[in-house]
Amino acid sequence: MTNLTSAELMIVNAARMLQDGDVVFVGVGQPNLACNLAKRTHAPNLVMIYEAGVIGAEPARLPLSIGDPTLVSGALSVVSMYDIFTNYLQRGNVDVGFLGGAQIDKYGNINATFIGTDYAHPKVRLPGSGGAQEIAAWANRCYIMTPHQKRRFPEKVDFVTSAGTLGGKDGREKAGLRGKGPIGVITDIGILEPDPTGELVLTALHPGKSTEEAINNTGWALKVAAQLRTTAPITEKELGILHNELDPTGIYLKNNG
Amino acid sequence: MNKLIPLSEAVSQFVHDGDSIYAAGFTHLIPFAAGHEIIRQGRRNLTLARATPDLIYDQMVAAGCARKVIFSYMGNPGVGSLRIVRTEMEAGRLEWEEYSHFGMISRLQAGAAGLPFMPMNQTGATDLEHANPLIKRVTDPYSGREVIVVPALNPDVAIVHVQRADKDGNAHLWGIVGEQKEVAFASKHVLLTAEEIVDEKVIRSDPNRTLIPGFIVSAVCHVPGAAHPSYAQGYYDRDNEFYLNWDKISENPETVKNYLDEWVFSVKDRDEYWQKLGSVTHNRLRVKARYSEKINYGSY
Repeated sequence: MTNLTSAELMIVNAARMLQDGDVVFVGVGQPNLACNLAKRTHAPNLVMIYEAGVIGAEPARLPLSIGDPTLVSGALSVVSMYDIFTNYLQRGNVDVGFLGGAQIDKYGNINATFIGTDYAHPKVRLPGSGGAQEIAAWANRCYIMTPHQKRRFPEKVDFVTSAGTLGGKDGREKAGLRGKGPIGVITDIGILEPDPTGELVLTALHPGKSTEEAINNTGWALKVAAQLRTTAPITEKELGILHNELDPTGIYLKNNG
Repeated sequence: MNKLIPLSEAVSQFVHDGDSIYAAGFTHLIPFAAGHEIIRQGRRNLTLARATPDLIYDQMVAAGCARKVIFSYMGNPGVGSLRIVRTEMEAGRLEWEEYSHFGMISRLQAGAAGLPFMPMNQTGATDLEHANPLIKRVTDPYSGREVIVVPALNPDVAIVHVQRADKDGNAHLWGIVGEQKEVAFASKHVLLTAEEIVDEKVIRSDPNRTLIPGFIVSAVCHVPGAAHPSYAQGYYDRDNEFYLNWDKISENPETVKNYLDEWVFSVKDRDEYWQKLGSVTHNRLRVKARYSEKINYGSY
């Protein structure tokens, strides 16, 4: 398969990380497409929940925002934001969270707050946490979808909006975090996963991509796993569902990030 | 007690210069009509709190109403940057106080419950805690572990838009009900706008749907279409096209000024605004009905 877009590579590979029955904290855009693709292929019992308070959404159209009315009509339940962050997330009832941000560092810390050196005087002000700080802490597993670019992968983020691996399993346990944190970063070149020390290393490449490409587009000295995998080729069926059913006008599929 | 008054009167009576305001609604039921009325009445030095400032605060900041914003996600939802609030923050012209969504909502929950603060579990991300001195830690007296605490938020005025209310302010809401109930109970005054004013017996027919009781409400205003460009579940759709357009409008102070002149200062009230939107927009935002199954409360 040639000429795949960044969006297609990331969405399909993110969808494959999801398991049937997963309760997934969804964001709009590409994560939403990944969840819907998983639901229509290998994970029909996946439950999509949104920080706006919607549980078990079955959107009839592509939602522009996480508060779209199409998420409500036909959902299993709608609860307050306090309930979603406490009973659902903090209590441990969420399997998967999707995260993204302007910067992701070597240890999976994410910056969605500002670019610069002084919080009080931001060079570029970003939207901030939203739900990300707690999703990264308490969802059982987190995945990050991002185009593989050097400026997005600095050695160290300017501001830690949501915590990464904190030095592996012990670090998160010591900090009292229940979830495993970012266990997979899905890019348009391949997949990064934490090694036992919590450092993100290259564990897979998409067909036709090279380790050099991955290394050259990462802001730290990216290590390559001894057992480097190649992700399975994207199928016509997956592309068909994405383009014909989920995003027929290409709002998110055209977007290369 | 009949609290039904025109929106202009409610704003003039309950919103004062220097007040802290929370215009409720997570994407849904955002009370734009009240925001525009506050702009028209020229309020100044307001502290504007909202989890997502959204376009309503972008417009109020542009109009010079605000001294400070309190927020947890400062973006144009689904579109990108919230340009005016962002520019003012970057330029150092607007104070801000920042939380995560959970921190913000916990502040409201504490305020609504009459508690001084609310605890939350640790997240491992400590930079915001260092940036905002109001986020603190206390030791859980039972386990000895540290928890994060945020102070109660008790705004001067809650502005809440609902689908239907009676003239006393007993209010039914459905769809996404992010933080309306918490904001209403947390605030000193509640200014309610409603798509429909209904008889008390409609409210009493479905008491589980009443999230806000009339006795905490200061004013009730009948303002159909008050949420546009946000939406009212079952009444009209979110105007995504406008949210995308605002990204362009807000790029330039001149186009922002023209927008405010045309759509806020030159219209008398929400009725005039709604008429001005025109039939093409009305048709675009119209929604087909999808009813819930009836439930039986029983007659006892």
